Amino acid sequence: MSDEVAAAVAEAHRSEWARVLATTAQLIRDLDLAEECTQDAFVQALQTWPKVGIPDRPGAWLTTTARNRARDLLRRETVMRRALPMLVPREPMPGPEDGLIDDDRLRLIFTCCHPALSADARVALTLRLVCGLSTAEVARAFLVPEPTMAARITRAKKKISLAGIPYRVPAPEHLTERVRAVLDVVHLIFTTGHTAPIGADLMRQDLVDSAMDLARLLHVLMPREPEISALLGLFLLVDARRASRVSADGQLVLLAEQDRSLWDGQQISEGVALLTEALRGRPPTRYAIEAALAAVHAEAPSWQDTDWPEIVGLYDVLVQLWPNPVVALNRAVAIGMRDGPRAGLLELEPLLSEPALATYRYLSAARADFLRQLQRWQQAAEAYREALALTDNEVERAFLSGRLNEVIGSSLG
Amino acid sequence: MAKYLVLIYGDAKEWDAMTPEQWEAHSAAHQAFSLAAGPRILGGEELASAAVAATTVRRTADSDRVTTTDGTFLETKEALGGFYMLEASDLDEVLDLTRLLPEVHASHSAVEIRPVADHG
Repeated sequence: MSDEVAAAVAEAHRSEWARVLATTAQLIRDLDLAEECTQDAFVQALQTWPKVGIPDRPGAWLTTTARNRARDLLRRETVMRRALPMLVPREPMPGPEDGLIDDDRLRLIFTCCHPALSADARVALTLRLVCGLSTAEVARAFLVPEPTMAARITRAKKKISLAGIPYRVPAPEHLTERVRAVLDVVHLIFTTGHTAPIGADLMRQDLVDSAMDLARLLHVLMPREPEISALLGLFLLVDARRASRVSADGQLVLLAEQDRSLWDGQQISEGVALLTEALRGRPPTRYAIEAALAAVHAEAPSWQDTDWPEIVGLYDVLVQLWPNPVVALNRAVAIGMRDGPRAGLLELEPLLSEPALATYRYLSAARADFLRQLQRWQQAAEAYREALALTDNEVERAFLSGRLNEVIGSSLG
Repeated sequence: MAKYLVLIYGDAKEWDAMTPEQWEAHSAAHQAFSLAAGPRILGGEELASAAVAATTVRRTADSDRVTTTDGTFLETKEALGGFYMLEASDLDEVLDLTRLLPEVHASHSAVEIRPVADHG
């Protein structure tokens, strides 16, 4: 097979998987079968395209192939018997005047992220059915054995058909709430990819890409939802720093020490534009504030010259909108930057007894850093050891070990 | 169309402690639910006190004997207080309707939605 065909299939997998699966599911009303036929269509593309050439419209070719395959299978009685109760049939969709686009992919996303499914199941289904990751890849991303993940996905698909979760874009009066549920799934996929919880790589770029593709798709399909613009803006602004987060030898580089010339200026301007759009005439939302924080960092010439009062102010708002110990921790760190390490340490104090942060590695790491700046070497060393004990990501471990050796050296010297 | 059993669970002590005014508001909410659901309600009842009136029939663990005992099968603080059997086109329709039930909004109670198995 030529490289050209392989690349075309890979590209189609990324850009067309969701459409092929969603359209097939809409036609045959069986999510499980639609998944199987979509998979088959991509296998067939790998076998057929080298012989007949890459079709002009790969998406249409794949959809037709998946649909024909589904019809073949449905003709066989065994499959008819096997089939789970069908997906709840389509109902008339609101027209474009409601600000919605009639799109099978939207139906698929809202079905996968339905609140009647567990949070774990929503993420797993979205990655498998909408993003087209294999069950093995989804399992690896969330650190569970493949059979466990396979069982989770199967159970979720059964719940959709048995409970009658509709294959539909929600009614306008529920849209805001349901969009939020979708965005929480997309955000979790992004953050999981942005700092992989375990293993040799700091990032799982495939997950980051999946989350960015999802956010882009949602933005195209629902351009008037400010929370979607905010989330896509946030992703672009954070991901713009990608090239500078890990050094050539695989070491973690803190925001303070990143080479800002490596940041992707185009992504930053697009992110800022989306954020501006999200904030136009509306009270800020959680993702908009997070994007604003990323934008302040993106536009600062250096760590020292960051607008720390602005950052603290944004965290003050974020703590109100989304009360959360991790946000409180970030706010304390920002106060430390604005008012000095002693003030930062004082802000961290009440968080030490917060049960949700008891095993949170970034709390120990933040404390260690303030103690290091205050030259309280022994306490700093202790905090770095604590952070190390809580960290499984090898790139982060290497960074913390380096800092630990530094403060041990200073305490001896 | 599919059938859904809506089970209403709550703390019976809280229900017992309700004032006449609270009961009136509670009943009005159930009436609003019934009005909204219309013919989609296939049946529904309030159950007599689980603590006082429930009886469980089962085989004992160590013999083949079937025994009758006082009380509910599940020993939980929350009791089944009532139910509706609904017919709806999908889960979202049921979710929309159940939001009208007062038990959804009280802190000690909730409703559980169970689709009826369809072997057709």
